[in-house]
Amino acid sequence: MPGGSSLYKSGTGMWMWVAHRTTGVAVFFFLLIHVTDTALVRVSPEAYNQVIGLYKNPFMGLVESGLVAAIIFHALNGLRIISVDVWEWANRHQNRLAWAVWILWIIAMAGFLPRHLGHVFGGE
Amino acid sequence: MRTAATKDASTKDAATKDAATKVAATGEVATFEVILKIRRNNPEASGEHEAGAGYWQEFRVKVHSTERILDALHTIKWEQDGSLTFRRSCAHGVCGSDAMRINGRNRLACKALIKDLHPSRPITIEPIQGLPVLKDLIVDMEPFFASYREIMPFLMPSGDAPKRERLQSPEQRARFEDTTKCILCAACTTSCPVFWTDGQYFGPAAIVNAHRFIFDSRDDAAWERLEILNDRDGVWKCRTTFNCTDACPRGIQVTEAISQVKRALATHRV
Repeated sequence: MPGGSSLYKSGTGMWMWVAHRTTGVAVFFFLLIHVTDTALVRVSPEAYNQVIGLYKNPFMGLVESGLVAAIIFHALNGLRIISVDVWEWANRHQNRLAWAVWILWIIAMAGFLPRHLGHVFGGE
Repeated sequence: MRTAATKDASTKDAATKDAATKVAATGEVATFEVILKIRRNNPEASGEHEAGAGYWQEFRVKVHSTERILDALHTIKWEQDGSLTFRRSCAHGVCGSDAMRINGRNRLACKALIKDLHPSRPITIEPIQGLPVLKDLIVDMEPFFASYREIMPFLMPSGDAPKRERLQSPEQRARFEDTTKCILCAACTTSCPVFWTDGQYFGPAAIVNAHRFIFDSRDDAAWERLEILNDRDGVWKCRTTFNCTDACPRGIQVTEAISQVKRALATHRV
């Protein structure tokens, strides 16, 4: 803050929007890579196998966890945004819906992470 | 009570007097010192600062616990630094002149009580964001009013003028009651992250004032206004961050009003 203006102290709404944007951009970049590596199979199946093989390491396993976290959040918050626009009750209670998004996100991640990390670090 | 000169009576008298002093002490308005950290900007170059360069300046002010930020700004301007520049008119939350970013949030300086703003720490005061700063806390409101004028904020009935007043049922009135409360202070529009990065966006205030006529049963130009707001810089730019709803000093459900306009456009029904 010394030079410029201060950070706007907003409620949950703005931070949910920031998180929605961030996860949206992250998922977009994943799709970019995903489309490219899948298209590679038309060039040569060996090259495709080689690239997919590169993903099979613990670091990429963690990146995948991040990817799933981003997609689940983006999907749930997307539903919150739609309901805020079409349903007056949701508009009045967007704050509570933001909490609902995070609770559902935690439940989904709790189901996914142990299994996924078990594969990544279990050597399977 | 005071006529009896007995010992008892005088003791009682003293006790009452004591109590009265206590009441006066508790009823007294507390005073304390507060630091205001103000974002300043001078369009003319001074010895220390370049022309138009923003900088922070701190002021130490003695205030009463009943006073508002506007009172503290007056104290600074009148007693410490006459060059401090800000807008204000009615000073009672109706004219909408003194919207500013106080402690990181858009509020009216005349409605923000200092004691509610954690005065033990410096209170930051900045101009509202997204409109060009002219000097200190004053911004150029013209782009804001230009958007307001574009949505035609006046009654547009069709047909001849009636011989008596235009009647309306309480239910018809209730549809736009909330949006009639707008005072055009720009606290909502300048709290919107979309507006900060894209000044072409109509912004919440213009949409609120369009809403006020779109849903008015006496008005017949709803679709003309809806067509204007269907633009790429219109309602669809709203990302429902709810900053506007939180910032509105009149408590208008701004995001809800914008969503109602979106729904009217999506369903082709007003």
